[in-house]
Amino acid sequence: MRHFVIVGILVVLAAVGAYAGLDASGLMPVAASAQAGSATTAGSIDWMWNLQVIAMSFLFALIVVPLVYALIVFRRKQGDTSDAEHITGNTPLEITWTLIPLVLVLAFAYLGAYSLREVRRADPQAMIVKVHAQQFAWSFEYPDYGGVISDKLYLPAGTQILLQMDSKDVIHSFWVPEFRVKQDVVPGRVTELRITPTLPGEYKVRCAELCGTSHYSMENGVVVTSEAEFIAWAQEQQNALASAQTPEGKGELLVKANGCLGCHSITATALPTAPTWFGLFGSSVTLEDGSTVTADEAFLKESIHDPLAKIVKGFAPIMPAYSNLTDEDIAAIIAYIESLK
Amino acid sequence: MKKIYSIPLVRGLVWLVVGLVIGIAAVAGIRAALGLDATGRYLFTEHAWVFGGFVGTLAFIATHGVMGDWFKWWRGQDTPEHHEDPASWLKYLGPSLDHKVIGIQYTITAIILLVVGGTFALIFRTELSFEGQQFLNPDQYNTLMSLHGMLMIVSILLGIAGLMNYLVPLLIGAADMAFPRLNAFSFWIAVPAAVWLLLSMPLGGVETGWTGYPPLSANPAKIGQQMFFLGVFVAGWSSVLGALNLIATVARMRAKGMTAFRLPIFVWASIATSLIALTATQLIGLSFQMVMFQRLFGMGFFDPAKGGNPVLFQHLFWFYSHPAVYVFILPGLGVVSELLPPLIRKPLFGYKWVAMSSFGIALVGFLVWAHHMFTSGMNEYLRVPFMYSTLLVAVPTGVKFFSWVATIWKGKIPTPMPSAFLFTIGAIVVFLMGGLTGPPNATVSTDLHLHDTYWIVGHFHDTLFGGFVFPFFAALYYWFPKATGRRLDERLGRLHFWLMTPAFLVLSSGMMRIGLLGMRRRIFDYDPALGFENMHVTLTVAAFLIAFSIAIFIYNMIVSVKEGDPAPGNIWNSRSPEWQVPSPMPAHNYETPFEVVGEPYDYGLPGSKYVEFMKK
Repeated sequence: MRHFVIVGILVVLAAVGAYAGLDASGLMPVAASAQAGSATTAGSIDWMWNLQVIAMSFLFALIVVPLVYALIVFRRKQGDTSDAEHITGNTPLEITWTLIPLVLVLAFAYLGAYSLREVRRADPQAMIVKVHAQQFAWSFEYPDYGGVISDKLYLPAGTQILLQMDSKDVIHSFWVPEFRVKQDVVPGRVTELRITPTLPGEYKVRCAELCGTSHYSMENGVVVTSEAEFIAWAQEQQNALASAQTPEGKGELLVKANGCLGCHSITATALPTAPTWFGLFGSSVTLEDGSTVTADEAFLKESIHDPLAKIVKGFAPIMPAYSNLTDEDIAAIIAYIESLK
Repeated sequence: MKKIYSIPLVRGLVWLVVGLVIGIAAVAGIRAALGLDATGRYLFTEHAWVFGGFVGTLAFIATHGVMGDWFKWWRGQDTPEHHEDPASWLKYLGPSLDHKVIGIQYTITAIILLVVGGTFALIFRTELSFEGQQFLNPDQYNTLMSLHGMLMIVSILLGIAGLMNYLVPLLIGAADMAFPRLNAFSFWIAVPAAVWLLLSMPLGGVETGWTGYPPLSANPAKIGQQMFFLGVFVAGWSSVLGALNLIATVARMRAKGMTAFRLPIFVWASIATSLIALTATQLIGLSFQMVMFQRLFGMGFFDPAKGGNPVLFQHLFWFYSHPAVYVFILPGLGVVSELLPPLIRKPLFGYKWVAMSSFGIALVGFLVWAHHMFTSGMNEYLRVPFMYSTLLVAVPTGVKFFSWVATIWKGKIPTPMPSAFLFTIGAIVVFLMGGLTGPPNATVSTDLHLHDTYWIVGHFHDTLFGGFVFPFFAALYYWFPKATGRRLDERLGRLHFWLMTPAFLVLSSGMMRIGLLGMRRRIFDYDPALGFENMHVTLTVAAFLIAFSIAIFIYNMIVSVKEGDPAPGNIWNSRSPEWQVPSPMPAHNYETPFEVVGEPYDYGLPGSKYVEFMKK
């Protein structure tokens, strides 16, 4: 009996200590959305997580403390060669440690379902943002603001956002750790995710589903601002779109909208996935088969419409064809590339 | 030269290469004759490499000698029931029919693959230590990371097959497995599988991780992906046939009196594992085969442009690959339950409950696969039933933990603790960490954050180290004397344990910690803004300590085979039948059959016996 009392006290102490230590160490990143919530907002992800940390701490102590205690206290005495007491089981005890966990598990599953409902709670007034994913970049389209396209995700705090996401090539996954929620983006369909940003600041959307060579760098900025600042930004973008008169200016917008910069660099250092555009126009390019070609208008146009026709030496043939771009668009993009020197 | 060629393994590998060349030449020739391109990015086209791999597999298995008896029967010739193995170590390179030789072949191959897969991990772990690119490029990183995963999985499958092959016939009193020739076939078919997995590296590598999700895995630029699929497909044969054999053996060849509830607990775990392997492995073979056909013949199973559905692949894949983790861990948990009673001289607490819990885990394990897909875009409402079913697995798993603690409670803890006991305790603690970090992933709302992060990587390394690696080492320290007649060095064993355990706990907890804070899995480099560099350096040091401890273990094995302390008898004072006969185990197991006359784990019950050998 004495053993059970000591172990009982130690289990409680160890469980409390483990939970306090884990909690104090700051397990989760900053919470920046209503879905992330906090340990005290019932139904949020951080609330559910906190319950789980409590459960993990308690169960860890419940097994490890008696185990370690037994290893120390029940050591074989020197010279003792006898066997231990012949105890084969205890049916009521075994039923207990099957039924109590069963009840606990069902309770946690119920809480999990409740938490999922809270996380998915939809606001019919939510602002729609279209998310386009491709190897290896994100772009964001704002249908409510004249179709402005940005390579950074600007969001107003306090408004629920409905992300409608599609992919050009393979499966990607939308994840901003500070928002907690995650959703795969699947080619051939539109998947949805609802986020209510709460904390203004700068974050990053990080692709969470392995999508190929430069998956690691498929990260775009996320900026949460006040509603007023957001509207000001959106209007500025709309004006820029309307006033982009020069071909380079139009080209730059198209480049951002189509995610070109996920693979192509615009500085002297190339990314591992694709040739840099810096100083590309008019230069001589070595192809996979060893031949060379001048990067003129015809070559660039062909590379956009039929990227696999000529592969530049040292790079994998992974670029998708951009048949959505008109001749006028391509001329603008080429003008933009030409301006990069 | 002729002497070397006469070694079956060498002969098989020579013909494997010949078969590969013939297959490639046939396809390239036909393509040339039809006026198609005969050459490709990697010398030949993808079709040629895949067909070459197929022919090479057949060539290996046909010339190695493992099908020798079947070929003779086919021609109407008779062969003896048993073949005597050569006395030298060369028997391990040939088609032995002895389950003990095959068990050792499996175990050694598992350790070799463990070393290769572990070395891959060390390479990319070093790359990850520091921010920015060190010495790999992203494609090389992805390939090493993907092959680390798959080689370790194959290594684990071979490792558990090794334990089950060696032990189950001994534990139930059988002279061999039910189908000795099929048993040898199951092992040797895994050799070409490993060759194809490794051949994927020079052919463009693998960029998808071990899960091989299309459409990424359908990227035509990487022929390596096909060799990866082919390797896994062939390895699956080994698993299915081995499981079939094991179930037949336990069903038909038990000693007299060995009723269901007198079976050693490891045998229960082996049946549970084999039932899963026998019925679910086909699904990973099927899903990988469908991607192969999508690539080779343009069948758009998972290609949205042709009306296919990429999420369908994930359902097919996880229908095997989730139960597969129970295939990996159930034998290990069986080892823990099997070793505790003799080592602490006390019966297993709640034997029946523990035996049934393996089946509980195996059955519920079939109904939980979609918890890998909570963020995949499958039907949103389906996530709730899968959350309930997944969390239910905690109940039978909990039963095992409570039973182990109750078994150890008031046991006679050996002093000093033998290595086999240390690794058993290590398995319990590490598997507990893996078990407790599971429910947050099973709960949909928290999984939305945890999915595809380093948290998951830490969690499953905990489950696989606790469920396989630690018990595997425990089993090797415990049964090595049975196989060789000599003990492993205990001092080196303790050093192995005390290096590996803390290093591993740092590794897995560190992975989980940065995973929660935003470290994604499967990335070649990480955002410096996250401030993870110190932790990554720590994780790399921990990984090298683990590797060093395993190097000590391998050294220990090599030295102890010849120079270990002789251990001819029942060194553990066990009740189990294999320890009642001399070590190393005689060629045809028990000279006289035994009868089961009592309970397997009645330690501390004076005058009781588990088995009694019949009079001649």
